Amino acid sequence: MPPSEHELRLRERLGRLRSMPLLGGAKLSGDLLRFQKQLDRLQQEATDEEIWRSVELARNDKRPYTLDYVERLLDDWFELHGDRGNADDGAMVAGLGKLDGRTVALVGQQKGRDIKERAERRFGMPNPEGYRKAMRVMELADRHGFPVVSLVDTPGAYPGVAAEQHGQGGTIAASQAVMARLAVPTVACVIGEGGSGGAIAIALADRVLMQENAIYSVISPEGCAMILWRDAGQAKKAAAAFKPDAVHCLELGVVDGIVEEPEGGAHTDPDEAARLLKEAIVEQLDELADVPGDELRRLRRAKFRSLGVFA
Amino acid sequence: MANVDVSVQTGDQPAPPPKHPNTCPSCHSHYRDDELDAALRVCPQCGHHFPMRSRARIASLADDGSFVEEAADLHSEDPLAFFDLRPYTERLAEAEVSTGLADAIVIGQATLDGRGCELAIMDFSFMGGSMGSVVGEKLSRACDSAAERGVPLISVTSSGGARMQEGILALMQLPKTVCAVEDLRDSGQPLINVMAHPTTGGVLASFATLGDVLLAEPGALMSFAGPRVVQQITREKLPDDFGLAEQNLRFGNIDAIVPRPQLRETLSTLLRLFDAPV
Repeated sequence: MPPSEHELRLRERLGRLRSMPLLGGAKLSGDLLRFQKQLDRLQQEATDEEIWRSVELARNDKRPYTLDYVERLLDDWFELHGDRGNADDGAMVAGLGKLDGRTVALVGQQKGRDIKERAERRFGMPNPEGYRKAMRVMELADRHGFPVVSLVDTPGAYPGVAAEQHGQGGTIAASQAVMARLAVPTVACVIGEGGSGGAIAIALADRVLMQENAIYSVISPEGCAMILWRDAGQAKKAAAAFKPDAVHCLELGVVDGIVEEPEGGAHTDPDEAARLLKEAIVEQLDELADVPGDELRRLRRAKFRSLGVFA
Repeated sequence: MANVDVSVQTGDQPAPPPKHPNTCPSCHSHYRDDELDAALRVCPQCGHHFPMRSRARIASLADDGSFVEEAADLHSEDPLAFFDLRPYTERLAEAEVSTGLADAIVIGQATLDGRGCELAIMDFSFMGGSMGSVVGEKLSRACDSAAERGVPLISVTSSGGARMQEGILALMQLPKTVCAVEDLRDSGQPLINVMAHPTTGGVLASFATLGDVLLAEPGALMSFAGPRVVQQITREKLPDDFGLAEQNLRFGNIDAIVPRPQLRETLSTLLRLFDAPV
């Protein structure tokens, strides 16, 4: 397989870093290590089996959810509720907290642990009211100069009658538009399922990360199998065809980095998974800290506008 | 005189769905091509809106001879080497041959009643109007072209959503087009979007609903999730007008429903209101 454009870019950056005199110290060698790691990953093309393993791990019901990370990542967490118009959607959490000493706004979909909570949080599938809550809190962050961290974990936006009546499609678009306008640093990380429009609604960020065993896709494997093979049982085949795993997303330039998980998956050691996630998010926020707001916005839009393959 | 039973045995089964594309699915009237074309593909009997191809749409909106197409030669690549029952490249080639288009959208400069505008017209005939890299790129370029020339962008959408065969890159066309529309907004030019049947999924959840003015054709389905998915997942009973333009108007999601014969005049009024250059 010929090296992808992204791989070439990484190689070039790696080459440049290696030839630089060691002025930057720890920061630079950190970059070096990071690029080398990502390059190594790209060279190991995920097999169909590995892709399906990711799908299963991403959906593992012991996997840490947004609030599990919140309690391990943030101090002084204060959850904010409601969209100020209609409802408080449990499938989306939002709030303020201290990350490594700085105040951040955090938004993210939330799945439930037991049957009752799962129903209340609709398996992490937000209604328009959930996205409006996220938008409200992101705009609050923008007014006060707080960086925005979003944790993505949803099978998709909720496909309900009321959701449609209340403008699910338009709200997902509006939430992306809010993120395209923010003048504060934004980091998104897919921590489980990055399901289609419901995920991208809160993932138009300066830096997009993905946990090693997370998936990010345009449609669920079952949905794709239903449409193309007319058989939901072909989900494995569908996943192999559209490649929702982290390595492929990195290769296509859709995510900027992969966040390591403990051996065996994030659920085997949530504390360690949270430590690795925190390290990755803080590193990105540090890099973005001194970039002026207008510049952040310009670069963010330019990045997303460059995505796609055509001739 | 003997009683003659003239009742027709209908049984319980509904009438078989009409097969011919020129048969009205609503009132079953049948038309010749030239009859339908002359009526802008709106059923003269019952007002049902048949699908309209992008070229015909442009001809119905732009002043004669004013349309200058842009980025006509952009083609999709196959980043995932996607293969379901057939390779994606084969589906693309087939769609190109059957539609005479390079992808599911046509963009270009035009005037409408003498006022400058940019048009971005989707075509459902090309792989269900699905949005992949080319649709995203062309819509973005249409935004830039409108911004540079200081004219409004008029888009007409008709799409089943993101193009699965391009995987995650298809999803990325949502934020891509959103960013392009935000850039257009910063330039001070409006986006006017017309939802034609159907405008669903990823197109509805990105640029289509970000218009300064949102119009829809009568009976256009505009739902994020399709009726079948909603029914399967929620087991809710769907209202008769689920996701249709009429329901969306009632719930405040769009500004107006405009029948196709009045669309040109409506857009002309809007161009005047936004002071589009003559």
